[in-house]
Formats: sequence, structure tokens, C-alpha cells
Amino acid sequence: MNDFDAEDRLRFEQLVLPHVDAAFNLARWLLRSRADAEDVAQEALLRSYRFFRGFHGGDARAWLLQIVRNTCYTWLEKNRPMELSMEFDEELHLQTCATPETLDRKRLTMALETLPPRFREILVLRELEGCSYKEIAAITAIPIGTVMSSLSRARRQLHSAPVNSLQGARP
Amino acid sequence: MRCDFADSLLQGYFDGELSGCRAAEFERHLRHCAHCATELVDLDLLRDRLQLAQLYEPATAALRRKINAPLHAIAPTTAVSRPLVWHWLAAAAALLFVATLLWRVGHGVRGDDYQAELAGEIVDALVRSQQPGQMNVIASNNERVVEGWLDGRARFAVPVRDFTNDGFALKGGRVDVIEGHAVAVLVYERNGRPINVFIWPTRERDSPPRTGSWQSFRWVDWRKGKKEFCAVSDVDPADLEHLHQLINSSA
Repeated sequence: MNDFDAEDRLRFEQLVLPHVDAAFNLARWLLRSRADAEDVAQEALLRSYRFFRGFHGGDARAWLLQIVRNTCYTWLEKNRPMELSMEFDEELHLQTCATPETLDRKRLTMALETLPPRFREILVLRELEGCSYKEIAAITAIPIGTVMSSLSRARRQLHSAPVNSLQGARP
Repeated sequence: MRCDFADSLLQGYFDGELSGCRAAEFERHLRHCAHCATELVDLDLLRDRLQLAQLYEPATAALRRKINAPLHAIAPTTAVSRPLVWHWLAAAAALLFVATLLWRVGHGVRGDDYQAELAGEIVDALVRSQQPGQMNVIASNNERVVEGWLDGRARFAVPVRDFTNDGFALKGGRVDVIEGHAVAVLVYERNGRPINVFIWPTRERDSPPRTGSWQSFRWVDWRKGKKEFCAVSDVDPADLEHLHQLINSSA
């Protein structure tokens, strides 16, 4: 390995690798599966490494999440194309959350997974990843106005998951 | 009744994304809008629930292992499988810039539209470097193969020598264009770093070496036998001088 590669790798390790958790978390929620997320996040990270020379500074997390997101959608198109045409379905959501003994975590997980992917990713980026609207807009390539309206819709649906489970969530 | 602001300003206000001015404006609205006031509380409850539920899923240890292993493997692979092409392409614009400057010095070119022309050269180099198929590149350590390949393209005889025994391994050659003229380029490798030697015909007399640098690149330029040579690289300057002597004594 020559100097340039070593330097490159060091930069990659310093700038990009700290965001492996963010990469996995987004993939896990977009794909609704930890096993698939592991494969796809790995693929996305290797891809980001290969194309790291195209990263000219700026927000490394947003840059990586963009790649993770694109890799996830490509994977979904190939493996589960039906999911991409998923629509808002509040009925389905209410049915799946009907069991009273379900932990709140499970309810919220189900509610989140029932959201169409384009709404789900925005909520995950905002609530779990703590991204700003500007970062979300950059990662998902949608205008900030749409970020706000999508957040509103996603939050409303999630909020309609039964709340009476907070006690159930504690063992 | 649902408020029109619930889908936009309310979210921005809750997420702290509104400017001070707009936030104050929205607070005035909140005082009169029961819907937004209620929904703001709901948003806050939801955020608490989400945090309590600990939905964030950090990378698994298996994923971290999987990522680290290939990264160690990948770096050398990239460097070994595509070293020439990559180094040539990455450095093409910079190296060409140096060669263009020297070409201009050699030809006494001074023009008002110097910058524009130079920009054109660099863009050309970039476009060339992005051409698929690498039609203008040959990767070979065989003197005759490279010489034969250049012969058909450079319109002047290019002496090609491999100096592997002296630590300068011939890696290949290519043709480039400077100011509309074809120039031949020989690529050597020194300690894993590429050295590009630009060669073009000249009418000038032989000259001793001149050296200089541009950005991280150093160059040595000299004329011999109606040819001008310019070796450019980011290797040690002593190495460039050494290569100059090797080429000069063999030409």
C-alpha cells in the first residue's frame, strides 16, 4: 500500500467510520430486518470507501447516509419491489397494534415499520438520528417543505399507536 | 379542525428549526390555536415514547468486523489492480499543467487569453482521462512493446528504456495532447510512486536540466537530441535527477 492509500484510509476511518451506527440504524429501519441491514450497510460502507475520493469534505454523516439510503432502495427494488409502492394504511396499523400485552417498543416498531419507506426514513433520520431538516433534505433529496409535511404525517400516524402501554413497556 | 400550520410551522417549531423571528410569530399563533397547542403536546409525548422505547439500533459487532476486514483487504487491492490507470488519471490534469507551462516557455508563448487556453487544456485532460477503454494508454514493462505502441501514435520516434535495475521500473506509456500537439508520456515507478516523463520534439539545442515545482509536483526538464523531456512526479527530487541522468545517458 502506498502513502496515498494509507492517508486515504486514515481519513476514511476518522471521518466516515464513526457513523457506522447511523448507517446500520437507517438500513435496519428502511429494510425492517437486522440481517438484511447488516448486509446492505456493509455494502454501502464498502461502496463509500471505494468512492471516498469523491467526497470533498463537508458533512460525512449525511454523505454516508445518502449512500446507505440509495443502496437500501436499490436492494428493495431488487428484492422486495412491492414495499416501495406501500401506501399509508392506518387500518393495518391499528390492527397490528391491538394486542394489549405488547410492549411499547414493539408497538412503536410495528407502527414505524407500517409507514411507507419515504415517511419512515424521514422520521428515523429526525427522531433517532437527530438530523436537521437541512441534513434530511440533503440525504433524501427532497425539499425542506416536504420534509416538514412528511414528518407531520409520519408523527401523526405513529402517535396513534396506543399510548396506554407505557407501563407495559417496563418489566 | 386541523390547523394549516400543523404540517409545517408546528413541526419546525417543535424541532427548533425556525428562526427566532418566525418562532416568535408562531408562539403568538399558539396562544390562539387550540389545535396546534394540543398537537405540540402530542409531539412531545411521542418523542418521549420514542426515546424510552430505545428504537435506535447501533451497528452489530459482526457488522463492524465485516467492515474492518474488507477495508484492510481492499486498500491494497485497489492499489495493485489499478495502480497505473488510477495514478495516471488522477495526476493527469496536474502533470499536464506543468508540461503545458514548459511547452509555453519553450515556445515563447505569451498571450492575453493564456488563462482561458490553460483552462481549456486542463478540461481537455480531464475529458480524456474520463474516456472509457483507455485507448491512449498502454501498460507494459516491455521496452519494445511500449516503443512500438508509441511509434504508431506519437508521430516521432520515442526512445523507451526500462531502468528496473536502477530502481525505476517501466510501467507503460501513453500519448497526450499539449497545445494541439501529440506528446509521448512514459511512466516509471519509483518506490510505488509514478513518474511521468513527457517527451516531445523540439528544434532547440540541447540544454541542461531545469527544475521546478507546482503544488506537490516537482519537475525536471531538459532537451537532448531535438527532443524535450520533462519528468514530473511527487517523488524525492534526487530520484527525478537520477532518472534524468539515466535517460540522458541512454538516449
